[in-house]
Parts: sequence; structure tokens; C-alpha cells
Amino acid sequence: MTKPQQVDTAQLRARYPDVFDRPASARLAAPAMIVAALAILVYGFVDLDFSPSRFFSGLSQLGWISLMMIPPDPGSSLPIYLKALGETLSIALLGTTLAALFALPVSLLAARNVVPSKILRFPVRRFLDSIRGVDTLIWALVWINVVGLGPFAGVLAIAVSDFGSFGKLFSEAIEGADQKQVEGIRASGGSALHEIRFGLLPQVLPVIAGQVLYFIESNTRSATIIGIVGAGGIGLQLAEQIRVLEWQRVSFLILMILVAVAAIDFISGKLRFAIIGRRAVA
Amino acid sequence: MTIAVSILPEQQLATLNAAYSRAVARRRWRLLLGVALFAAALLLAAIGAEVNLRTLFTYFGNFLSYFDRILTLDSGQRVWTDVGEWLWGWRKWLKMLGETLLISYVGTLIGATLAFALNFFAAENTSPAPWLRFVVRRLLEFARTVPGIVFALIFVIAFGLGPMAGVLAIAIHSTGALGKLFSEIVENADMKPVEGIRSTGASWLACMRFAVLPQVTAGYASYALLRFEINVREASVMGFVGAGGIGQELVVAIRKFYYSDVSAILLTIIVTVFIIDIATGWLRGRLFGKEART
Repeated sequence: MTKPQQVDTAQLRARYPDVFDRPASARLAAPAMIVAALAILVYGFVDLDFSPSRFFSGLSQLGWISLMMIPPDPGSSLPIYLKALGETLSIALLGTTLAALFALPVSLLAARNVVPSKILRFPVRRFLDSIRGVDTLIWALVWINVVGLGPFAGVLAIAVSDFGSFGKLFSEAIEGADQKQVEGIRASGGSALHEIRFGLLPQVLPVIAGQVLYFIESNTRSATIIGIVGAGGIGLQLAEQIRVLEWQRVSFLILMILVAVAAIDFISGKLRFAIIGRRAVA
Repeated sequence: MTIAVSILPEQQLATLNAAYSRAVARRRWRLLLGVALFAAALLLAAIGAEVNLRTLFTYFGNFLSYFDRILTLDSGQRVWTDVGEWLWGWRKWLKMLGETLLISYVGTLIGATLAFALNFFAAENTSPAPWLRFVVRRLLEFARTVPGIVFALIFVIAFGLGPMAGVLAIAIHSTGALGKLFSEIVENADMKPVEGIRSTGASWLACMRFAVLPQVTAGYASYALLRFEINVREASVMGFVGAGGIGQELVVAIRKFYYSDVSAILLTIIVTVFIIDIATGWLRGRLFGKEART
């Protein structure tokens, strides 16, 4: 009985090498990946100067800092901080609006159903991708070189970096629009501009409005940090207070940011639902 | 044919017309009001942000010429005519880029591990006690809302200058973001296996390990990879506050007006981000099928 079976196995092995070889490699794949991941982690710890002594001394330092943060206290500069917070919100609102205004026409150029020619679309898309590849903080540094320190540089930085994201998101919204309405306009003799105005825009504007609101929300966060490189707003105050080790003020500023972000989240969430109904924008 | 429309008596038609025009008028008013409110908010914001259109117009030329300058070598030639001269510091930059990638890798891994440890307590269906869920959720919220670079600023003071502060800042921020996403995956998991395992008398830990974990690991890995992508961008600016990585070189180049270096470093950052985006997209596609590739 045993002999034929052995022959069978050998034959099967020869006929279906994939089936017999796979388990071994599949078994090895997961442990190998984990070992590789851990090896890179250990290498990272060594290369990035991690040491237990440094970690624990830093941790105790951090404990002291947290103790010194209590209670949060603005000192005498509460009006300045409120003004800075207003500046931050202004930066977020203006930057996002500017970006949306400029991105709308460009996103039409990047949408497949508006511009069928790939040669024209490709450079526009890569251009938007490159803008998105650069962080908002870097744009802020560049604009500070151009218009000087202050919130205006922050507005422009947010506008430019969101321009890239909006261009991509808007063009995706336009590509997702229903073509039938556009065809209807064309059938009744409308020009290309008519098609966009009466066929596309009514469909995509609610989606776009939702995205813009969502970005105003997330830009409130971005606007708090671009101050760190000198582009105005509450981040500037925060960075300064951290550098002079005024921990009570630091914790107060962080609390202010948290409250402001929560408030904006709440308001824009309500507005979003009012504009586009219950379905939230991802 | 058109008579069919005007069959309604004059009076009835008038009321209907009036109602229609009232409805339209109300909608127009609301739209107008919305636009006016928005314009007022913008105006207020413009004053708050010290927007000065004259500055913009005077200096907009500077913005364009800035790009002209960063694309010009010291010798006055365009950068791409002499790539060797343009990318003169590529050894140093590649090393810093490697450090940036390591920072985001280690940060993501630590953050994902912490999020993994915490998310079962934050999920509605698996949390052992309501107060524990509340505490963990607030903790994650805090870690998520405070921007990573603010953590970095504080950590630079506590742990000293260097990549360690950057890694920890990214780790904390990722913990907050991933913890929320992970717990949402757990909340969507099927609870029947958990009941099955609990009915055999297993502990909470065993329930998590054998009933929940097998359902959620793929989602975890997918989100962790996405987070790695985001963290690479974030790590590239950690150097601005002294927390390691390529940002250090970039900020020096920008502040000291080493124009061609700025464009060279930006180019290396953009290319790296592209490569990481494509690589993680490919990896996600390989691991979790095409539908996860978004």
C-alpha cells in the first residue's frame, strides 16, 4: 500500500509544484516580515540615538514640565492670546476660501470628463501632486521670504498647499458627476461653458461646499502650527512661550487651541449637514 | 395644447403663483443672506489676518522670482544644466532623508503598538468598563488634537535636541489618530465569535485574542501603512524645531538664502514622498486586495 502512495505523491509534486511549494514560503513570509520590521526598528533605535538613560531622564523632565503646567494661567496677556486666536481662525478661513476659488477652474482642467485630452490633463495633475507633496510649514517659510513675517504669509501658505488638495478632490467630485445632465444640455444646443455651468456645477457644488467646510476645520489645526515658523496666529505665541519655559501659559494656550478646534468642528459639522444632508464628507 | 395649463381658475392660479414666487424669494433671500454673512466673515478675517493687497501685488513678483532664483545656480545657470553642482550635497541629504524615513517608521510603529494596546479599551463593544473607555477616549482625543509639531517643541526641551524628540512626537500623535481608527474597526467587528469564546469560559484577554483580533488585523495594518505615509510628510518638517530629519537642512537653506539648495532639498523630499506613496499603495494592494488601494 505504501509504495503506490509514494509514487502518487511524487507525481503530484511534479505535476503541481505550486501547491506543494507554497505552504513553505507562505509559512516563512509572516515571521520573516516581522523579523525584518523588528530589525529595522532596532536599527532605528540605535541610529536615532535612543538610550534608556536618555529616555528616562527625559521622561522625568517631562513629568516636571507637566507639573509646572498646572494650573493653566494666561498671566496678563489674555487679550493678546485672544487676538492671536482670532488671527488663526482668520488665517484658516481666508486661506481655505482663496484655495477653493483658485482650485475650482484648475480642477476642471484635471477632470477626465471635462478635458478628455490626456496630454493636457497629465501636467495639471502632476503639478497639483507636487504642490501637495510639500508640507504647509514649508510653504509658510517660502511665503515669509516673499511677504515678510506675519499672518498674511500664513494665509498664502495655507492657500497654496490647499490649492493642491482641492484641485485633486474637486476634480474627483467632477469625475463622479452624472454625465446624463451634461449630455442633456449638449443635446439642447448648449456650449461647453453652458455644459459646465448648468450640467456639472449644480451637481458638484454641494460636494465641494462640504469639502471646503471640512478643510476649514482641519486648517484651523494647520493654522495653529504655521505660527511656529513665524507666520502669525496663536502658534507664534505658543512657540515663544515654550522657548521661554512659561509652562502655565503654554498649557493655557494648548487648552485654548483645543477648545477652538472643538468649537469649529461643531459649527462646521452642523453647517455640513445643513448643506449636504446627513451624508458626511470623508 | 397650451390651454391645459390655463384651465385653472384665475384666482387659484394667482394663489399658486404667489406661493411659488414666495418660496423662490425665500430661497433667494436665504442664499443672499448666507453669501452676505460669508462675505462679512471674510472681511473680518481679512482685517484680522492683516491682509494687505498692495503688499501682495508688490511682492507677488517676488514669489515668482523666488522660484526663478531657487532654480538658478550660483554661476547663473539653470539648475538642470549642471545636476552634479545642483545636487552637490546628495550624500548628506540622502543620509538625512534616511533619518527622516527612520523617524517616521519608528514613530509609526511605536504609535501603532500603543494604539493597539489601547484601542480595545476605547471601543464601545469590547471595553471592560465605561469609565475606562471614557478615560482612554479622552486621552486619545488629546493626543490627536494637539499638533505633532507642538509635542515636538516640548519634547525637544525635555529630551534634548535630536531625532528622539521627533520620534516620540510622531508616536504620540499617531497613537491618537490610529487609536480612534482602530477602535472603529473593532466596533464594526462581528461579536458572535466573542460570544462563542466567552461561552467556553475564556477570559477577556482570550476573547480579544481569539475572537476579535483575527477579524481586525488586516484593517489595522492597512491604516498603519496609511499613517506611515502621512508621517513621512510630518517627519520632513520635524527638523524645523530641531527634532531631526531633513527639515533641519531645509530650514537652514531657506533662512540663509542658499537658493539652489532649497530647490534640491525640496526635490528630494517630493520624490521621496512620491516613492513612499506609490510603495505603500502597492503594498496595500498586495496585502489587502485592490479595494484597499485608496
